[in-house]
Formats: sequence, C-alpha cells, structure tokens
Amino acid sequence: MDQTQSFRFFNRGPSPVARLVFFVLLSLFLLFVDARYRSLEVVRGVLAIPVQAMQRLATSIYTQPGIWWGDLSNYIDSQGRLASENQQLHMQAAENAVRLQQLEVLQMENAQLRKYFDISQHADYPVQMAEIFSVNSDIFKRKVFIDKGTQKNVAAGQVVIDENGVVGQITRVYPWLSEVTLITDKDHAVPVQILRTGLRAVVFGSGNISNLSLRYMPISSDIQVGDELVTSGIDGTYPAGIPVAKINKIERDPAYPFAIINCTPLAGVDRHRQLMIISGLNKAPEIPANDGKQVESKGKKAKKAKQP
Amino acid sequence: MSEQLTKDNEFLLPASNTFVYSTMLAALMLNWLPWEGFWLALRPDFAALVLLYWCTYKPYRIGIGIAWVVGILADVADSSVFGQHALAYSILAFGGIMLHRRIQMFEPLEQPMQVFPLFLLSYGAFALVHWLMRGVFSWEFFLGCLSSALLWLPMSMLLQSMRRVRRNPNELS
Repeated sequence: MDQTQSFRFFNRGPSPVARLVFFVLLSLFLLFVDARYRSLEVVRGVLAIPVQAMQRLATSIYTQPGIWWGDLSNYIDSQGRLASENQQLHMQAAENAVRLQQLEVLQMENAQLRKYFDISQHADYPVQMAEIFSVNSDIFKRKVFIDKGTQKNVAAGQVVIDENGVVGQITRVYPWLSEVTLITDKDHAVPVQILRTGLRAVVFGSGNISNLSLRYMPISSDIQVGDELVTSGIDGTYPAGIPVAKINKIERDPAYPFAIINCTPLAGVDRHRQLMIISGLNKAPEIPANDGKQVESKGKKAKKAKQP
Repeated sequence: MSEQLTKDNEFLLPASNTFVYSTMLAALMLNWLPWEGFWLALRPDFAALVLLYWCTYKPYRIGIGIAWVVGILADVADSSVFGQHALAYSILAFGGIMLHRRIQMFEPLEQPMQVFPLFLLSYGAFALVHWLMRGVFSWEFFLGCLSSALLWLPMSMLLQSMRRVRRNPNELS
C-alpha cells in the first residue's frame, strides 16, 4: 500500500503520447465538423470578441506612431494645404453640382421610363461605409476584415464595393466585424457580362491580387483586350451593372478548347481603406418546383464555387 | 566548477504562471501585427517559438493542452478552419516535451539546428491540412520555419534572462 502511495508522488497524469493522441483527435474532429457542417460559427463568434480586441490592439500599436506622425506633420503644414485643398474642393463641388443636376434629370427620366416598362428599380441600394480593419494573415487567402458587423445589420452574402467597382462579398459576420472574401481569392467566382457585347461569362479569382481569369470562353468568342466586365446580376448575389474588371490579355491557342483570358480588377482591391457595403438587395423570385431537383443540384454547385 | 553549477541550474529558474501566459499573449500579439506579402511569408511564428521554449524548459507545466488552446485562438484570429493551428501546435508541443532533455543538452549555438525539424514537422501538419482543404500547398511558408529556428537563440536567451532573478546590487555576498 505504501509503495503505491510513494509511486503516486511521481504520477503526472496521462503520458505525453496519450495527450498528443487525444488533442490530435480533437483537432481532427473539429476540422471535420468545421469544414463539413459549419456549425461552430457560434463558438467562433464568441471567441472572436476577445481575440479581435487583441488584434485591434496589435494593429493600433503598429499603426499609431504613423498616425501620430501624420497628425504632427498635418498640424505643421496644414494652413496652406488646407486653403488650396478647400479651393480645389469648391471647384469640384461646383462641377459635381452640375453633374448632380444632370443626374437628377436622368433619374427622373429613368424612373418614368421604368414606369412605362414596369420594371422594378434595381440600381438604387442602401450603401454603408466601412473601413478595413485587418488583412488576413495568409497569403493564399484573399480576405480582409472590415469594421461593421451584425450590430450594423451586415449579413453574409452582401456585396462590398469601392468607387470603381466590386471588391468582394461578405462571407462571415461577427458582432463588430465581418470578413470579406475578395474577388481575387482563389476560385471565387463572379458572374459578369461584357459591357460591349453583352456576352455572359464568369470571372474567377486567381489568388493573385492583380489578376482575374475568365474561364470557359470559346476561342471564337468576341472578346477584345480592353473590354470592360460588369456584373450580370444573374446569381442573385452581385447586383447587376457594377464594374468588375478590364481584360488585359487574351491567348487564343487552337490546341485548347477555351481561350486563356486575363483581366485586372477595376476596384482597388488591395489599395483602399474605405469600402462600401451594399445592403438590402431584392430577393430573387423563387424557382418553380416542378424541375426542382435539377435546379437544386445546379444551385449547390454554383454555391460551392462562389464560396471557397 | 561554479560556472558548471550555474549552467546546470538554468532549467531550475523560476517561472510564474503570470509570466508564462503573458509571454504567450505577447507572442500572439506579435503574430497578429499586420504582416503583409513577403514579410508574412518570412514571419517567424512567435507563438510557436514561445510555446516550444516553455515546452522544453518547463515540460511538466506547459503541455499539449495549452498549446492546443493557443492554436484555437490562432485559428479564430486567422479565420482558418478550426483545429488547423491547434493540430500543428499540439504536435510541436509534443516534440518539445519529448526532446526537452536533448535540446537542453546542446550548446546554445547548436540548438537552432535541433529545433528546426520540430518547426518543420508542425508546419508540415499545418500545410497538409491546408492542402486537404484548399488544394494548394503553400511552400513559401517553409521560410517561416527557417526564420523561427533562427530566432530561437535570441528568443530563448531573452526569456531566460527575463526569468533570472536580479540580484540586489547593494546586497552583501
């Protein structure tokens, strides 16, 4: 009896191998559940609150000296610059006012025409400004975090744009943050139309920040370098008519069935800090039920392609 | 002789729980700085370094469980699949615990060569999961293993010196 007692003194619980096996199995289980069922989003959301606070702190420690330096230099040379900037802005405002008047006239005209054709308004969405909070630290994922979350009614599937075009879509929402998958993320698909010809196509991200590829276009298709791609709005995620990319290179090799087409995104996908979230899109009408099976499987495929 | 004694006593240096956890937090914060592009590939994994340090020097206090928790936090921060970092860090901690005597046996200058395979192994597990999930194998990040191993020496010396009790200069010896 005494022997076992003294033995217990050295007992340190399960051996390292047993612990390793336990934790590796636990990790594998989590990997499986998270990848397969996405049912751990709640846990992730709860853990994200302290983690993201720490991340915010780390980011601000990194950026704060620069901001202070900027403030200081602003303070020093602000007077002259502000005056010239003010003048410039005045000129711009005047110019914009003229344009705005034209726009109002056009909008009126457009509304009237739409009434004639009985088409629902589809170019007027509520827009919310957001700021990039941090960039994903994995060079193979093109994701950024922006500082608006469920608290500001942001939802997964909403589209993020800047003043030049589409930047990406929101794929995960936290209380105060949301994750944006950029259009350049590998295999992220955006249904587009070529502005010049109206040809429908799908543009895929390549994982490279300045590159998109237009796949599955026959060699004979009418595409030229410099053509602009806009969203077609067919998928129900991206609203129609937002610029996406410009074609910069076409290779037509008769040995392959499809042409190799490269495009550059129009939006400053990797440049800006301020982005806009488009919310409150019109829901698409439901798909008729008679050929539901086929449509559903197709829809699933499209969904898979859209959210890598 | 006295030098030998102090060297042998190195691993007996005290480490309070607060100190251990605050170093890990600091390492995570370093990981979460906004690294980008090439620097991101070259970034040493500070959390892995600190974990490995504690696993080799306090193998009975800091174990695979804590490594796993740190991994989960890293997963949340990176929005990677749950368990990816956790798996890698558990393997790293296991390696550190199993080899802690071996690593401590080597001279400080020889230690980086001893820890490099551990980083490689743990990153290998990470990259394998990445490959299974996304179909790409990210070779660039192996550079991070190299820089982690190179940073091992300064990092372990820093932590070691922070654990040393400062002697009061006015004290009579």
